[in-house]
Parts: sequence; C-alpha cells; structure tokens
Amino acid sequence: MSAARPAPTTTAWQWARLNLFGSIADSVLTVVAAVLFAWFVWNAFDWAILRADWFGETKEACKSGGACWAMITARWQQVVAGYYPEAHLWRVALAMVCLAIAVLPVIKRDMPAWAALLAPAGVIASIAVLGGANILPSVPTDYWGGIMLNVLVGLTGAIFALPIGILLAFGRRSDLPIIKGFSIGFIEIVRGVPLITLLFMSSVVLPLFLPTGMNLDKLMRALAVVTLFSSAYMAEAVRGGLAAVPKGQREASHSLGLGLLQTTGLVVLPQAIRISIPAIVNTFIGLFKDTSLLYVIAILEVTGVIRQALSDFAWLGLENEGYVFVAFVFWVACFSMSRWSASLEQQSGKTVKRVEEPA
Amino acid sequence: MSAKQPAAKKAPAKPQARPELGPPCVEIEGVHKWYGDTHILRGVDLSVRDNEKVVILGPSGSGKSTLVRCVNGLEPYQEGKIKVVGVDLGGGAKESAVAKRKTGMVFQQFNLFPHLTILENCTLAPMWVLKTPRKQAEEEAMALLDRVHIAEQARKYPAQLSGGQQQRAAIARSLAMNPEIMLFDEPTSALDPEMVGEVLEVMTEMANAGMTMMVISHEMSFAREVADRVIFMDEGEIVEIAPPSEFFSKPKHARSKEFLSRIL
Repeated sequence: MSAARPAPTTTAWQWARLNLFGSIADSVLTVVAAVLFAWFVWNAFDWAILRADWFGETKEACKSGGACWAMITARWQQVVAGYYPEAHLWRVALAMVCLAIAVLPVIKRDMPAWAALLAPAGVIASIAVLGGANILPSVPTDYWGGIMLNVLVGLTGAIFALPIGILLAFGRRSDLPIIKGFSIGFIEIVRGVPLITLLFMSSVVLPLFLPTGMNLDKLMRALAVVTLFSSAYMAEAVRGGLAAVPKGQREASHSLGLGLLQTTGLVVLPQAIRISIPAIVNTFIGLFKDTSLLYVIAILEVTGVIRQALSDFAWLGLENEGYVFVAFVFWVACFSMSRWSASLEQQSGKTVKRVEEPA
Repeated sequence: MSAKQPAAKKAPAKPQARPELGPPCVEIEGVHKWYGDTHILRGVDLSVRDNEKVVILGPSGSGKSTLVRCVNGLEPYQEGKIKVVGVDLGGGAKESAVAKRKTGMVFQQFNLFPHLTILENCTLAPMWVLKTPRKQAEEEAMALLDRVHIAEQARKYPAQLSGGQQQRAAIARSLAMNPEIMLFDEPTSALDPEMVGEVLEVMTEMANAGMTMMVISHEMSFAREVADRVIFMDEGEIVEIAPPSEFFSKPKHARSKEFLSRIL
C-alpha cells in the first residue's frame, strides 16, 4: 500500500508560464491585453479621481479637464432627498432608519418569527414619517425624491411583492380553476407588458377601480404598480422553488398529522424559498433598477434629479458625469444585493444539501 | 455506535415471551382503488391485530405500496372500508384526521425535512399537532433518538447523516407521534448494503417492544424472525397469507412459488 502524500503544488510563476506565456503568440496577446487594460484603468482613474473637480457653483469651476463632480456636490441635497424641505431633512434620515429596520429580519439570521412583521411595519413607518401622517407637518409626495425615493420604492416593492408573489405561486398550482385562472392570467399579463407602459397606464387605469372622488397620490399609484409588477416575477421565482420540493416532503408531513397549512408553512415553503433565493434576489435587483423608470411619470428619483440638473444652464453638457454617477449609485446597491445573495446561498448550502431524490 | 456493527449482522433472535395478540388494530374490508383506468387494488380484505407484525411481499406493481399508503391516509380509495383502531378512515374530515394520526409511516426515501435538525424533525409534529410544549417535546424526542441509537446526532441536519442514520431518525420522527401502528414502505431498499442491518435491528427492537407493524420488505431474514404472518400480494389482490416458516418453505399458491423462485 502506498502512503498518502500531499497533492503537487503549482507556484504563481509556473502557472503564468503555462497559462499566459505558453507560446510566442500567447505572450504577445498577454502583453497587449495587459497594456490596454492598464491604459483604460489609468485613464478612468485619472478622469474620475485625479483630475476631477469636486466643488463649485457652475461648470465654470471645472477647469482641470477631469470629471466635474461639482454638479453632484452642489446639488447633493436633491440627489439624496429631492425637494424635501431643508428644515425637515431629519425626517428623511429617520425614514431611512425605519427602512433599515425593515430589512433587518432578512439580513440578520436567527431572528424570532414575529420579526418578519418588522418589514411591512418599517416601510409603513417610513412613509408615515416622510408624509407627516397628520402628526408632523405634511410634506406632499411631489417634494420627495432622490436616492431616498429609489430606496423607498425598491424596498416597498420588494417587501410587499414577496408575499403577493408567494400567494400567486400557490394560486398557479391550485386545483381550483378560478384561483388558478386568475393567477395565471395576472402573471402572464403583467409579465407580457413593459413596466413603463404600466406606469403610464397607472395614472389612467388605476383610478377607474377607485371610488369616484378618491384621488390616489401619484407616488402611491406608482408604488402599487411596481409592487404588483414585481410580484408576478416573484411568483415565477417561487413557483420554481415549490416545484423543486420533492413530493415525499408533503407526504411525510401529512403522515405525521400536519394539516395543509402547517405542511405548507413549516415544511414546503421554507425549502422552496431557500431554493429560490437566487431567483428572488435577481428579481429584487431588477426591481431596484426599474425604479429609475419612475422619472418618466415625473417622479424625481435620482435619474430624474440628475436629468433636471443636466438641463440647468449652469451644468449643460455634463452628461458623462451625470450618468456615470447614476450608474455608480445603482451598481453599488445591486452589487451589495448580489453579494448578500451569495452569502445566503453559501450559508444554506452548508446545511441543506438535498436529500437524494427517488430514482 | 451501531455503525460499528458488522455489516451482515442478523437481527437479534425473537425473545420467547412476546405479548399476546390483541383486538384488531387495522381492519381492511373490500378495498378497491383505481389510478385513472388502472385497477390497482382489487378487493383487499385484511385484519391486523394489536401487537401483530405482518410483512407484505409481492412484485412491483402488485399494489402493496398503495395498500399501505391507503392505510396511512395518503391515498384515497374508491370502494371498501379501512378502520384504524375502530375509527373509519373514510369517515368525516375530523374522524379521518383522528384515524390518520394513529398510523406512523416510514418511507423508502426517508423524507426527513432537510431544513430542520434531526431533533427539530422529531419535535415538529408533536409541537404543532399535539401542542406539546417545546421542552417536553424535546425530552421525548431525545429519548426516542436514544432508542434508535442516534442521540448524539440530534443537532445535525439530515444531509450530514448516513442513509442508515437518516432512516433511523425517520423512524424516531414517526414514533414521536405515538402511533398505534407503524407502516414501513420498503424502509431498507434505498440504503447501501452495509447500512441495512442497523435499520432492521432498530425495527426488530421495536417489534419486540410490542409495536404493531405492517412492513413492506424483501428482507427475508427479517420476515422470518419478526413476522407473525407473511402476506403475498399480486395484481392488486392478496394471494396468500401464511406464517413465514410455512410461506418460505412450502408456498401453496403457484404465483407465490414463482415469485419466491425469482427472489431467493
């Protein structure tokens, strides 16, 4: 019997010789690619950081030839909160704290079951703080805006779309023809229509379903549309997870005497949600990026604020800076969500390897 | 512990003093079942008495699995009657729920809940169905896990256990609901050969402790040593019922003979 020995190791130099400089052609390609890459990174860094101008009242302040971030810094208040009154900006901060509490049950593990209620409570509290709720001075939603609005709409959509999506996913698998038909109809219609048309329609169609005289706020209408829109996608994400839970799980649960609701809530759904985490987070990311569409119905989220700044004579011609900044804001948010999803998967992968399926 | 048992270990011999057979525990009368157009159960009559152990044999598609699933309430049947401890399974929703609770089921594929620890698997139903307080449920579950020799695995997840350990955990999970009768649907056929022994050993211990059991299994040594009666099914009917010694040495029916010649 031969003794076990450690696997042979490769040094970085050996790896590079093999993979980057294997032949003359490889070496040339490696060098050219490295030079191009370095040139691009250096130019971007030089433009965005080294030669950038950070402060000023108009673009006249930007003389160095690099990026002119002065447009962003001069309007930081609108970028963050739209036209929310300056004296009440603390309410924006408080609303953000409420939203942070709302996402707590998703981010922190081992929370008790009631903590799930923090999510809708936090969202409603943040809207109440921003709007005034008859306690604080009222601030109409026309004044809300900026990154705050993207976060608010994105989180509200996500938090309410998940339960609606779960219901739709069960509806689609239901044996009752009316419920099944309604769920399929809703999902397929919503998935077949672009969000932008739904947003336009929301100002015409939604009021038809409301009692006469009742005037729903434009932002609230948009919130409803965004929520329902992503719930259709959420339903499909969760349906994939439900289908992946083996039939034997339901049978085992029934044979132990657990009823339909208990089986669904304690056995099937926890497994289905874990399986669908990547698809659910994917929907979250899409939803957050879609909040930039709100500007087409004149809601001043961050893209709208930047477009407004760009049409200001003082900042004409700074499209590069404006859109690079918007892209950066969205990228930071979406990349964090993607990392968070990866960590969730890794964590559940440790404990929930699938028990083998019947052959 | 039991993982160290030699692979081919036979179940321990039947002790001399077995409790007497009691009144009927499961009564099956004229049960017919169709899957679509397939007539899968064709008039099955069978009575299993308290503390009796029956082993059901038969080729695949003979309806043995369907019969056991009907007794557990997992499958509906179109004609006939099944009573568990005198309660009609086909009765009203409330009555059938009571009847279903009196049977415990062990599946070929274990069907443990992969998102819960072994202990949580065993406490879920007692806590939610019987409303047992968590502490008491956990104590009882630990005692059961000790009985199936995997108490030290209580905090692990199913995927971290071997197949034999998982099946023993599944047995403990069923026992946690205090069933009157345990049903086994090919409990060892998904296992690697070296793990069959440890599961059969636990089942034999249960049998000796007086549990009523209906077992679908082709483990001949288990049937010989544990079963009071062997039931041979083919094409949706019970073809032959006999004590194991008789059935294996001189089967009466031609179909039983043919089946035995193929598996022995």
